Order: sequence, then structure tokens, then C-alpha cells
Amino acid sequence: MNMPLGGYVSPEQLMKDRADYARKGIARGRAAIASTYADGVLLCAENPSNTLRKVSEIYDRIGFMGVGKYNEFDQLRIAGVRHADLKGYSFSREDVDARWLANQYAQILGQYFTHEMKPLEVELLVAEMSPEVGDDRLFHLLYDGTVMDTTSHVVIGGEAEAIGARLEESWSVGLQLREAVRVAVGALTGSDRELVPDDLEVAVLSRDGERRSFRRIEGDDLGELLG
Amino acid sequence: MTLPLFTPDQDPGPSFLGLLERLGMAPPEFTGSLEADAITHGTTVLAIRTIEGVVMAGDRRATAGNFISQHSVEKVFPADRHSGVAISGTAGPAMEMVRLFQLNLEHYEKVEGSPLSLEGKANQLSQMVRSNLSAAMQGLGVVPLFAGWDERLEQGRLFQYDITGGRYEERRYAAGGSGSLHSSTVIKLRHTPDLDFSTAVDIAVEALFEAADEDSATGGPDPVRGIYPVIATIGSDGFERMANEDVAVRTTALLERLGDRSDR
Repeated sequence: MNMPLGGYVSPEQLMKDRADYARKGIARGRAAIASTYADGVLLCAENPSNTLRKVSEIYDRIGFMGVGKYNEFDQLRIAGVRHADLKGYSFSREDVDARWLANQYAQILGQYFTHEMKPLEVELLVAEMSPEVGDDRLFHLLYDGTVMDTTSHVVIGGEAEAIGARLEESWSVGLQLREAVRVAVGALTGSDRELVPDDLEVAVLSRDGERRSFRRIEGDDLGELLG
Repeated sequence: MTLPLFTPDQDPGPSFLGLLERLGMAPPEFTGSLEADAITHGTTVLAIRTIEGVVMAGDRRATAGNFISQHSVEKVFPADRHSGVAISGTAGPAMEMVRLFQLNLEHYEKVEGSPLSLEGKANQLSQMVRSNLSAAMQGLGVVPLFAGWDERLEQGRLFQYDITGGRYEERRYAAGGSGSLHSSTVIKLRHTPDLDFSTAVDIAVEALFEAADEDSATGGPDPVRGIYPVIATIGSDGFERMANEDVAVRTTALLERLGDRSDR
């Protein structure tokens, strides 16, 4: 641990400083929402760039979202893809699960938070679609390695509380895709501005029987859903 | 197994094979020699180019010396959504090569966020065949066919390989394995530039039938067990495997047609 020269900083203060630093970095970014719907998991992020992705595919039924510092969460995303592919290659595809991956991310985030020069300024979400309705899992990871899991919905990134409150009002179990997308986009948007399809990055982990369940919903398809 | 994180100078990039190597998990180089007769071999595969894309087919027999070791082995696989690979040669290394090839394409697509070009996929396979060369010298050769839909050129393309990794693009058709000579003669006689999927599938069924008729290592249709060739079409909609029942219908039609010829 780095000690400032000649001074004493209490562990409480040190941790608080680090947490504030990470939170500030994350709060600057735009938010992203993961929610379950009737046929899988919806991943929806506000992202004006269509090359620097926030939402991506990890494995057959596992998706990933990151907000905060792009290079940091992208490095974690790639590590997750590598880990999942290695595990599936060494054992079998069905042995790859999101819980294990979420724990690994938590270890890394915790390690950075306490031992490195600066904590990672990221907030992550690992989603797993289950073949059984109602068993989908969302793992929410904070900058300090805290893991939370839910089966309903999660908001990560800036203004998460306000967006979460709007989402809570309109979300319900078993929404169809069209409603789920509208609810998520409505929560991201709020009342005082507009979001067009180009500002959004939307994907689903779809329970349609295909091995690779991750599908991006882009362009006209997204426009039609929001229509 | 922990999360594989690398410093920028150690990063293996989007290649899964590179990742295995970096982690010391690459399969060991094969040395020594073994009795080739004791090892399972896959035999005849073929691919036919049509205006709709490429048809790939393979018989179902695997042999070890003069034994039939498998009656219902599969030699035609999807490589990813828009390409397929068919293998002949020693079955063990061939299956592993297909598995690694599939994984490598998927891994690249996920890490990079977009798939490799068809040309890039064909070159990847070429490198994999070449890296198997020392094993091939000991009799463990793998000779694949690779075909896919080129989204840029909007046409089906077809590649043949030799055991050194040499990669040859074919305009019309290609065949590999012990029955390749007989099957390619059948295709050669019937191939036209305006072939569609349906006709090409019939040609493929007949080519494999004739190969099985002349080559003991190629398996013919087996109505008793319900085993028929594996046939796949690869067009703009991607890789699609034909249902076994459909191949059975095509085969029955062929057998009826051949039965009418009294000189057989």
C-alpha cells in the first residue's frame, strides 16, 4: 500500500478516498440496464458510439455489460471471454456458468481496490439466461468487488438511483420484448430529454433454443420495437 | 482456473490458439511413431459449389485398418454460422482440429466484436493443418475441406488443403479421403455452372454411393440402421444441415433409379 511521505492516513480514510475516486469516475458515464423478460434477458445501454461497445457476448448464455472507464471494463470483458472459452474447452460447454465468472471479477475488482495504485473505475453486470423461465440471473459487481445477484433488473452507471426508481415503477415480471425494451429505454431517458435508436445499444440473451443466445438489436429492428 | 489477465506486451490477441500457447495449454508436439492401422480414419468427404452456395457431404464410415470402427461417424461440421468444415484422415486429430477451429472462430468474433472474413478463416485453417505436419509425417494426417458464404462477394467459396497446410481455392468442386477419386469423377461428369442446391445434393448422394461401391473404406447408405450421408448446405442463410429423413428420401430415389439399370 502506498503511504504518503511523512504523513499518516487512517485505513478508513484511505478506503473512503478510493471509493469516492471510483464512484466519481463511474458517475461520469452513462447508465445501462439489464432486466429479465418473458423470453430471456434484455441488456440496454445508453451509448452514442456504435464501435466502442458496452454490451457484449461472453458465452452461449452469458452476457456482459460494463460502464465507467472503457479500457478497464473492456480488458475485463476480454478476460471473461477467454476464461469462459478456456473452461468450455477444458471441460464442457455446460460447465461454464456466470456465478463463477462473477466471483472471478469480484476477486479482481477487490484486489485492485485494496492493493493497487488506484481502484478500477468500473461497474459490471454479468447476465445469465437460463433454459428455465424464471431462473435467469443478473450479477451486479461494484468497483470494490461487492457482488449482488437478482432475477429482476439492475441499473449500473451514472444516475443509477433515479433511473432505478423509474424502472421499478414500470417493470414487471414476464414482459414481452417490445414492452421490456420500452420500459428500459423510458427509464434511461427520463422526462426531460429524448433518446433515438442511435444513442442506444440493445441486445438480448434470447431463450429461442439456439446455442449462442446473444443477439444485438440494431438499426431498423430497434426502431421498429421503439416505434 | 483464474481469470486470464495479461499485460499489454504479453497479450495473446484475439486468437484462442495463441491463448492456449501463452498459458502452456497447447497440445504437445507429436513425436515417435505408431501403427497407422490401429488408428481410426475418416474417409470420404466432398464439397460442390453452386449458384446458391456450397453443398458439403461426407459418408458415415470410420475404419481402422481393415476393420470398420464406426458406422455413424460425422465428418461435416459447422465452423461458424456461415461456414462449414469437412474432414478426412485420422479421426482423433481431425476432430480436435475441428473443435479448435470452431472455437478459434467464435473466440475471435467475441473478442473483436465482428467475425473474421472468409479468407481469414480459410487461412486460419491452413495454419492449423500446417502445425499438424510433424504428426502427419508419422501417419496422423488431417486433410480438411472448408467452405463458406463470402458476405463481401456474395457467393459461396470452397477451399481444399493438403497435409502441409497448402490451401487451394476450387471453383467447382473438391473431394478428400480414400473415396475422393471415385466421388470426384461422378461430380466432374455432372457439374454445370448453373447448379442449384437441390441438384447438387443429388449429385453428392450419388458421388458418395459410387465411392462406397468401389472403395471399401467408404460407407454406403445403410437403410437397416437408418444411416445416410451427412449433407449440409451453406448459402446466404448460413450453414444448414439436411435432415436425415430428407437424405434418406434422396437416397431411395437414387437406388430406385439405379435398380432400373439392368447392367449393374
